[in-house]
Amino acid sequence: MSESPTAAERKRAAEAETPEAGGSENTEEDGETRETSTVPETGAAAIVAALEAANVDTAFGVQGGAIMPVYDELYGSSVRHITMAHEQGAAHAADAYGIVAGEPGVCLATSGPGATNLVTGIADASMDSDAMLALTGQVPTEFVGNDAFQEVDTIGITTPITKHNYFAEDSKTVGDVVGEAFALANTGRPGPTLVDLPKDVSFGDADGEPAPPEPPARADPDPAADPSAVETAARAIERAERPVCLFGGGVIKGDASEEARTFARELGVPVVTTMPGIGSFPEGDPLCLEWAGMHGTGYANMAITHTDLLIGVGTRFDDRLTGGVETFAPEAEVVHVDIDPAEVSKNIYADYPLIGDAGTVLEQLRAEIQQPPDAEAWRDQCEQWTEEYPMTYRADEDEPLKPQFVVEAFDEATDDDTVVTAGVGQHQMWAAQFWTFTEPRTWLSSHGLGTMGYGVPGAIGARVALDDAGETDRDVVCFDGDGSFLMTMQELSVAVREHMDVTFVVLNNEYIGMVRQWQDAFFEGRHMASDYNWMPEFDTLAEAFGARGFRIDDYDEVSEVVEEALAYDGPSVVDAHVDPDENVYPMVPSGGANGLFALSEDQL
Amino acid sequence: MSGESDVPRDGLPGPAPEERPHPEGRRNKQGIRIDPAAEAEKQPRRAVISALVDHEPGVLSRVSGLVSRRQFNIESLTVGPTTVEGHARITMAVEEPDPGIDQIKKQLSKLIPVIAVGELDDDAISTEVALLKVGGEEPDKVHAVTEMYDGTTKDAGPETITVQLTGDTATIDDAVNAFRQFGIIEIARTGPTALAHGSKTTVPGERPAYMGEPTTTADAERERNGSIESDEETNANADRNTEVNTR
Repeated sequence: MSESPTAAERKRAAEAETPEAGGSENTEEDGETRETSTVPETGAAAIVAALEAANVDTAFGVQGGAIMPVYDELYGSSVRHITMAHEQGAAHAADAYGIVAGEPGVCLATSGPGATNLVTGIADASMDSDAMLALTGQVPTEFVGNDAFQEVDTIGITTPITKHNYFAEDSKTVGDVVGEAFALANTGRPGPTLVDLPKDVSFGDADGEPAPPEPPARADPDPAADPSAVETAARAIERAERPVCLFGGGVIKGDASEEARTFARELGVPVVTTMPGIGSFPEGDPLCLEWAGMHGTGYANMAITHTDLLIGVGTRFDDRLTGGVETFAPEAEVVHVDIDPAEVSKNIYADYPLIGDAGTVLEQLRAEIQQPPDAEAWRDQCEQWTEEYPMTYRADEDEPLKPQFVVEAFDEATDDDTVVTAGVGQHQMWAAQFWTFTEPRTWLSSHGLGTMGYGVPGAIGARVALDDAGETDRDVVCFDGDGSFLMTMQELSVAVREHMDVTFVVLNNEYIGMVRQWQDAFFEGRHMASDYNWMPEFDTLAEAFGARGFRIDDYDEVSEVVEEALAYDGPSVVDAHVDPDENVYPMVPSGGANGLFALSEDQL
Repeated sequence: MSGESDVPRDGLPGPAPEERPHPEGRRNKQGIRIDPAAEAEKQPRRAVISALVDHEPGVLSRVSGLVSRRQFNIESLTVGPTTVEGHARITMAVEEPDPGIDQIKKQLSKLIPVIAVGELDDDAISTEVALLKVGGEEPDKVHAVTEMYDGTTKDAGPETITVQLTGDTATIDDAVNAFRQFGIIEIARTGPTALAHGSKTTVPGERPAYMGEPTTTADAERERNGSIESDEETNANADRNTEVNTR
């Protein structure tokens, strides 16, 4: 368990105190209660009953032909449905909801284009191990395979990007299948699951209450690692001279942040996180070197290059982290803790593989280690690197506004428990670099798939998860780039309709900035298709949607706008026109050595 | 973190790459730490992998799709039902370096319809079936070669003769070469199907089973306890799979 309980845990605790909130009665808006049928009569009713049995508060989706029977059953259900502008938005919102809530987010779409529009969001959740349940409509069973209207092979398309998917064959068991898929999404290594629902199965007769949501027994892994393997790893940690903890997204998804913090602090081991692992360890802590990888800090990349023992927890050693594997932590023995055996020795060979739940294994290790490694000189070295490679930038008043300054201004004006989402691009890196994250489940972005456009629907999902958990006072700030914002900004209409308190900050440089940075570095400055000087006025556009719009051009406008935007009760869009030539550093060129990060373009 | 005036206009301060200390060590492309003088990359080897699976629609596509999308080449794949209703055995031959073979086994084990995965030893009982259609001009000679390889003639006509051969992959390769002289018109081969030798189990923890019974000791434990139990017994029975190929 993490230091603070997840939103889901708090919600469950609240429900336990007020038992009348559950059960078979629904409270309608007028305050009256009505009896609902306890025995679902159709497949669709069983599907919704399964969601209710799994305590699903909110689902995100778009209505359509083949999913209509399910939507009809949502009418009057305790599951709140939020209609999104596009199914991709529904998938990202469900993904973000799941991260913040600590239980799977749910999204729905109809067959054919509805299902294919979910695909990007499902793939995104799969790459980042985010628990999510997708329900897709399908043409009636008798038409499947006939290229019927709005038919696609959803199972075939989503097999590589789901943890498991189910083709519902029988209206009598479809409720059980939905419950199982929901439970499976959050069992062991989290991930997206999908149930494809032919229309006749939704319309067909059900067979009583669906079974309680349980994952298939085979998919439920043992949380503890083999004790003899733990013992061997503990001895290696004791004798290390230059140890580093590398905390990945698995620490956060496994609610192991507290164990991770205790482990590193008790042993005095410097901590590097991956980008998805941001928030697992507080960035203000003296042991924290922040995150490593392509745009990670210089000190994190130096530490990871020179360590002699890397304790990787819940990380899959993605290539954005490792750079070229030949030069990744080249002198380090590797302890790898992961719940998924297939991640161990996939990219980086693990000398000490520990298969198990992050929190459980860290506690096992802590109990087994008799004395902390003698690493004082190493800690001093790491501290020296933090001084040698500062994360800083110039903010001259007479020069164009720096994006980093905008990020820092919002960070200073908000509490530590603020949830930050980002799209993909330069703005994402600045948000990750210049916001000081201290709590798990507060940094939401598209890491593995790198999906531009994640930020806006992600912020909507995060907002709903906080509101569902009663945490309405926590802020949600979305950093987006102009290009990224343009990809899913239609979801702003949803934020306005649902009166969501979210601050969207567009770091507008009128470029696909990261592409332009690479074109400058590797393509002789030929800005092919990266110049976006036809951008709309985002503040005016926000007003057209019914949101508040702000514009920042200069340093002296920043603090006032930050204050007003955060104070506004509803969605606001801050169009921050930033230095179009600003680039993200440090940078490890793709496939390069982490220790050779460039601090400026001439070092690439 | 902000607004420092000694920062260069473009980029960050700090020692340039060539001014930094550099470690001596290296890994190979497979992520394994190496002594540059001693060890290079692991070379591919041929492995026969056996997977016990739920015999349900789409399972073959899940298995083959998983292997191919991770850039592993399947040399052959055979599949057929077992004595347990609803279960099937998939036998797959691949040629990969050890880390790749480990990955295939681990990734297969993650699929929900996969019950258990094992790798066959060199002494495994392995056989494949081939059907060859050759020219019918020299029936006596064809018959002689067929007998030499313990094959059977399934069809003989004035223009073509079709023979059936069974044996391990090397024997079939030899036989196919021997039949080339008659002009091979068509050929169909199954690829090897295999079981572990003697009392060793083919997948970890496999046990005798008939209709409706658990096929592995791990499944049986689960059925008995209604929950996940230690894999110790399973691992004790496992032949070459000491780690994590059962769930």
